Amino acid sequence: MAVFKQAKFFWSSIVVSLVLFAVVQFMITGGMLNLFYVNTLVFIAINIILAVSLHLIIGITGQFSIGHAGFLAVGAYASGIITMKLELPFISALVVGGLVAALAGFIIGFPSLRLKGDYLAIATLGFGEIVRILFLNMDYVGGASGMQVNHLTTWPWVFVCMLVAILVIVNFTNSTHGRACISIREDETAADAMGINTTYYKVMAFVIGAFFAGVAGGLYAHNFYIIQPSNFGFLKSFDILIFVVLGGLGSLSGSVIAAILLTVISTFLQDYPETRMIIYSLVLIVVMLYRPQGLMGTKEITSVFSRSQKVKGGKKDGKGQTVA
Amino acid sequence: MEKDKPLLKVENVGIRFGGLRAVSDVNIELYPGEMAGLIGPNGAGKTTFFNMLTGVYVPTEGQIVLNGKKLNNLPPYKITRNGISRTFQNIRLFGELSVIDNVKVAYHSQAKHTLFSSIFRLPPHFAGEREMEEKATEFLKIFSLDRFKHEKAKNLPYGQQRRLEIARALAANPKLLLLDEPAAGMNPHETRELMNLIAFIRERFDLTVLLIEHDMPLVMGVCERIFVLDHGQLIAEGSPAEIKNNPKVIEAYLGEEVS
Repeated sequence: MAVFKQAKFFWSSIVVSLVLFAVVQFMITGGMLNLFYVNTLVFIAINIILAVSLHLIIGITGQFSIGHAGFLAVGAYASGIITMKLELPFISALVVGGLVAALAGFIIGFPSLRLKGDYLAIATLGFGEIVRILFLNMDYVGGASGMQVNHLTTWPWVFVCMLVAILVIVNFTNSTHGRACISIREDETAADAMGINTTYYKVMAFVIGAFFAGVAGGLYAHNFYIIQPSNFGFLKSFDILIFVVLGGLGSLSGSVIAAILLTVISTFLQDYPETRMIIYSLVLIVVMLYRPQGLMGTKEITSVFSRSQKVKGGKKDGKGQTVA
Repeated sequence: MEKDKPLLKVENVGIRFGGLRAVSDVNIELYPGEMAGLIGPNGAGKTTFFNMLTGVYVPTEGQIVLNGKKLNNLPPYKITRNGISRTFQNIRLFGELSVIDNVKVAYHSQAKHTLFSSIFRLPPHFAGEREMEEKATEFLKIFSLDRFKHEKAKNLPYGQQRRLEIARALAANPKLLLLDEPAAGMNPHETRELMNLIAFIRERFDLTVLLIEHDMPLVMGVCERIFVLDHGQLIAEGSPAEIKNNPKVIEAYLGEEVS
């Protein structure tokens, strides 16, 4: 029964999100949203992809990785090469960007996921910096002056990618494979003793997370006219990390909400460049003081809306959340 | 399974950590259906021995054979799939997961649906998850834990957490169950319940059990054979009555002045 409800929930959330998409698309074509707002929406969607992809690695599998901008950079440059140097269509650029980032995730994840906690954090931080330095010294992609990229990212593209990212990660999480990952987060020794191949699932989470970060990289690159290695410094990794932590470790809807909230805040603070970072930091401090567990804790928005049903098993209500 | 052939054969097993010999030269044979206890003073190497059996540590000497299969260099998850399952001295449940999900994790290695079918929500995913749900629910009923089904594991009372940990270990479908101090921190009433539980699961699941315990009435009450470890060496082996009167054992526990 619970499984049946899950299927119904799944389809109803897709319908809700498509309606949301149509409304925004209608407003864009009707000229009701100016370029500034459209751009903000695109940014929000890209940040959501980044947030949920890191959520899978940190929030679900419990592997503290802070080199996410590295995967973003790999995806951005790989997709840039596809469209600009090889002149292939945008869709192939996004897919290749994702796949190359996933490959990078595998290469990095396999050796470094033996490390735990702080040590893994340092290793992934190092990875992010290595990627940045590599692109900085690669003349083929323009080195420090950056690489010219066409503006191809549009609302439908980012929306579809965001939807796919969230669906894949939600479906992954709500299955035996996701449970295996959560068991690793909860207690790796016990997960091992229960017959879970912990290395396999840690690398798996890393690869899926890196894939979507790479796709986000493709969207990110083609949203500008130029990409530079300095866009992908460790501060970018921390931006993404903040979405996940602020939203609540282990809560996908939390990281989505945090991504929306922080993107909106930082966009509107652009009018006050001298106080921008101060206000942004204050928001973070206040949230962490009053909600140390993050905005959502470990809960999902669905369980908040259907608390009474939860006892009987299964999530029921689709309201209030578009896709997760 | 032949009754006269040992299920588990531990031959000259030992481990060193640098210069420290934590366990050395241990020989143990366990026969199918047997209920055995492993006792010894604190720091005798009991948990280290369990960790070698389950692959957490790789023994530096000797070999471990289960059902004719050598387990020495297998990673823990493969050893579990080969039929050894365990509980931990300090409870290690998946606290944020619900009670039923804890059991489902143990079923994971038997799951038939692939990652692909789960991500794309294909029919095998739903069939596989439904089967798991039903199996886990039935399983929890046996342990009368089904009323806590959707509670988070960390919110259960202590005794029930121990119970769930044993249930979870059994869900992995072991031939040999290792219990590391199952009665630690329990009151006499809970300990009695635990004894009944252990006797019950042994009947029902046709298991071989090896348990570490400090609660002597429990060990003497349920175990047919007892192994005594001291300073990493096996100093005695025999029935509860034999062990009780073994001078070496008394010495290990109480010191020489007793005699």
